[in-house]
Amino acid sequence: MASTIRVRATSNGDITEVQALIQHPMDTGFVKDAKGEIIPPHFIQQLTFEHDGKPVFVADWGAAVSKDPYVKFSFKGGKKGDELKIGWIDNKGATDATSAKIQ
Amino acid sequence: MRARFMIRLASVALVLAAFCAGARLAFATETPDPVADAKAFRDYFTKRFPKVKLEDFVNGPYSMNEDMHKQWEEKEQFPPYEFALEAGKEMFSKPFKNGKTYADCFADGGIGVRQNYPTFDEKEGKVITLELALNRCRQANGEAPYSYVKDEMASLTAYMAFTSRGKAMDIKIPDDPRAREAFQDGKRFFYTRRGQLNFSCATCHVQSPGERIRAEVLAPALGILNAMPIYRSEWSGMGTTSRRFTSCNSQVRSVPLEPQSDEYRNLEYYLSYVSNGLPISGPGARP
Repeated sequence: MASTIRVRATSNGDITEVQALIQHPMDTGFVKDAKGEIIPPHFIQQLTFEHDGKPVFVADWGAAVSKDPYVKFSFKGGKKGDELKIGWIDNKGATDATSAKIQ
Repeated sequence: MRARFMIRLASVALVLAAFCAGARLAFATETPDPVADAKAFRDYFTKRFPKVKLEDFVNGPYSMNEDMHKQWEEKEQFPPYEFALEAGKEMFSKPFKNGKTYADCFADGGIGVRQNYPTFDEKEGKVITLELALNRCRQANGEAPYSYVKDEMASLTAYMAFTSRGKAMDIKIPDDPRAREAFQDGKRFFYTRRGQLNFSCATCHVQSPGERIRAEVLAPALGILNAMPIYRSEWSGMGTTSRRFTSCNSQVRSVPLEPQSDEYRNLEYYLSYVSNGLPISGPGARP
């Protein structure tokens, strides 16, 4: 299966701007399905971006974050060609990870 | 004196009756004129929004509001419909159980043909939308049809729209009275008020584009279907033209028709035809 994570990181020499889109249902546990049964909570708990072995962005998420979340942030110290590692873990223990080169 | 008054009254009544009959006759024989309609439709919007470029109308609310336009440009760098697009591409090329693919059902293998839909099928005498053609393709190849409103159908049409981006909408009305009648019927539906709120499609999308309805900015009807299917943040997902029609109808508190009913197909035919010449911009993203 294709990765659930899409990342684009661009550097202007000083600052690296990172955009990511993650495919995840982010169910809150408060919504019922068509049959009237509760859809169990299923959301990303932690999202991490690592550069050069060091985390540059860590998010502790909960049920309040929307479906297929989008993240944008920037950090200093990245260079073009560097590798950025991205991973998430959800409340069911599922994970996904990918990496991207800074452009 | 009294007698003369009665005569006069009678003659007035007669004239009135004749006028009414004439008016009714005029309505019944009202000849559809798609070319003039399309021109009038486009002129209305370009005159009302002189600053908006013609090809920008297809971007719906973003063409009406500068702040939203900026937000949207940023959003388009990483659009929310990406996943659907990718899924659609995969589904489109994956063969059916009998080995055929969607490409076998469409001209040019289904690539870059979105702008020709809906078409009028002269054999059947009805309007064929892209969604309908896709499901017929599935059924002809022994597959179960998809729901018309979202998920797989939206992914497939998203991919097909994407391959047609920038191409001008090119709906044809063949020289067939049934085709003109379908166009006219769609027009009638578009301008007919319905539901508890007594809104027609035109109330929002012709009279009030750019105005707010609650927190949303209304899209102009010109080019509104060129962006279909759309990812709506409100839906947290993709929706097809069928979904937009049914949800619009229920929002004005009327009972929506079945997706791909004759009325909706004619409506899509009308609305697409009057947007001829404007580029396909789908899949779109809307708030």
